Amino acid sequence: MKVDASNPLWRFRGITSTAMLFFAYLYLPIVILIALSFNENRLATIWTGFTTDWYVVALSNDDMLRAAQNSLVVAVSATVIATIAATLAAMGMSRGRFRGETGVSAMLALPLLVPEVVTAIATLLFFVAIGIKLGLLTIIIAHTVFCIPFAYLPIRARLEGMDPSLTEAANDLYANEWKAFRRVTLPLLWPGILSGAMLSFIISLDDFVISYFVGGAGATTLPIYIFGMIRIGITPEVNAISAMMLLVSIIFVSVSFLIDRIRY
Amino acid sequence: MGNMFRSKRFWLIAPAVVYIAFFMALPLMQMAYVSVLERGDYGGVNWGAFSVDAYVNFLFERDLMDNLVLNTDYIQIFVRSFGLSAMTMVFALLLGFPTAFYISMQSQGRRNFLIFLVTIPFWTNILVRNYAWMLLLRNGGLIDGVLNWAGIETGGLDILYTPYAVSIGLTYTYLPFMVLPIYASLEKLDHRLVEAAFDLGADKRRAMKRVILPLAAPGIAAGCILVFIPCLGAYVTPELLGGGKFMMIANLIGSQFGAARNWPFGAGLGFVLLALVLISMLAYSLKFKSLPEEKI
Repeated sequence: MKVDASNPLWRFRGITSTAMLFFAYLYLPIVILIALSFNENRLATIWTGFTTDWYVVALSNDDMLRAAQNSLVVAVSATVIATIAATLAAMGMSRGRFRGETGVSAMLALPLLVPEVVTAIATLLFFVAIGIKLGLLTIIIAHTVFCIPFAYLPIRARLEGMDPSLTEAANDLYANEWKAFRRVTLPLLWPGILSGAMLSFIISLDDFVISYFVGGAGATTLPIYIFGMIRIGITPEVNAISAMMLLVSIIFVSVSFLIDRIRY
Repeated sequence: MGNMFRSKRFWLIAPAVVYIAFFMALPLMQMAYVSVLERGDYGGVNWGAFSVDAYVNFLFERDLMDNLVLNTDYIQIFVRSFGLSAMTMVFALLLGFPTAFYISMQSQGRRNFLIFLVTIPFWTNILVRNYAWMLLLRNGGLIDGVLNWAGIETGGLDILYTPYAVSIGLTYTYLPFMVLPIYASLEKLDHRLVEAAFDLGADKRRAMKRVILPLAAPGIAAGCILVFIPCLGAYVTPELLGGGKFMMIANLIGSQFGAARNWPFGAGLGFVLLALVLISMLAYSLKFKSLPEEKI
């Protein structure tokens, strides 16, 4: 919609105030959480002074660091596998229409449709049935599934916007398929691939429900660790860890968003 | 040549599709199969021993004399889940539609930025988002503190660990899914149609009701589905903001794999939840000829 905002007819009552309320509702909890993570007071509610002590406490907690390391291993592995599979699939899907395309699209979208808890228990039952020991490996396998669509969508969107005559030109100029891909398609596609990979990474790093069910007892990822801490109680240390997780997500998403806007 | 071309495409698409088919579609089918098996004596399942206990279990329990007695516990959890999800959907719509409308009337650069702001919370950790609400809602928390400071003696707000807290948290978690599809349909809306309505003497109310809302309908329907469905499957919010006291369907499913140790029952509930999702997606796609997700 492109409207002349100065026309009073377009001013609907309550629209602006509701939108302001909306953004306040969306961001107030995040701002408060980050603010409280710098609060000196142990009881967390009354502001008594600025401190970064809770970050020091959090970052010297070995259990937390081990959980964070597990999360990184999972997120990097799932992202690499998912991004490769998604890039290939997006390239396959971009070569015009074909029979069975709807089915393939539905399969690629399936992980987005199924409720998380259903995915979690179905995957758990599957691993138990085929006899794989639950642990980091099962978490990686399960994360890769839902990372594929998150990586696929930006890559696909990038390919849609690409001029097919560029690769045709490369072929006309005697580039073989591989050379055309490496010298023409890939340089144009990399922002989509990077953006998709970053979204996969963050969605894997943040996942709680699926890891919680398919990880078994030994494999604690950072969200599982945070869940355990929140269950015990609200502490300034949890505030600090939570604030760090928030910042990592926000930075990743912002960068991914900016990369996605890079022109062809 | 054509054949070779087709087979190359096949090999490009195969890894992703086979991976999802093997590690997601197959497990979902197996889950449906497990739901008609007997539960093992010490948890797990008796493979190969069929039983409809999981589905009977939902409505009835066996008393000491081994008679089936109606048990409404699980139905209550379903009713609560549908009620909370419907409430959340309405709240999200009341906040989300005006916001989407507001965004659609901004300049291009501002629109992109605002939509980006709407999506950011989606990418942050769901535990952290719900934890932030625990900080706000608990007794002695920020809202309680502000009310007391303003001279309203709350004597403890007592809102955390109630259905209200769960509802606030659910609305917060799924709000972006309402705004994005509505915005997508408003953005495409031809403003001249609305101006024509004005020229023909419609007041704002009428223009909204007769022109804008009908044209935004696919977006509104998509938003409602995209809020309602994940709400039905919400696990973290009831766990944290409901304090585990107000189970929703997902928590009931989860507990079958924890303390309750009734895998076939958990699988059956999971299958029912999945069926509800697929049916609403199908209903939407039959009516609007696309999937609700495509509106984002």
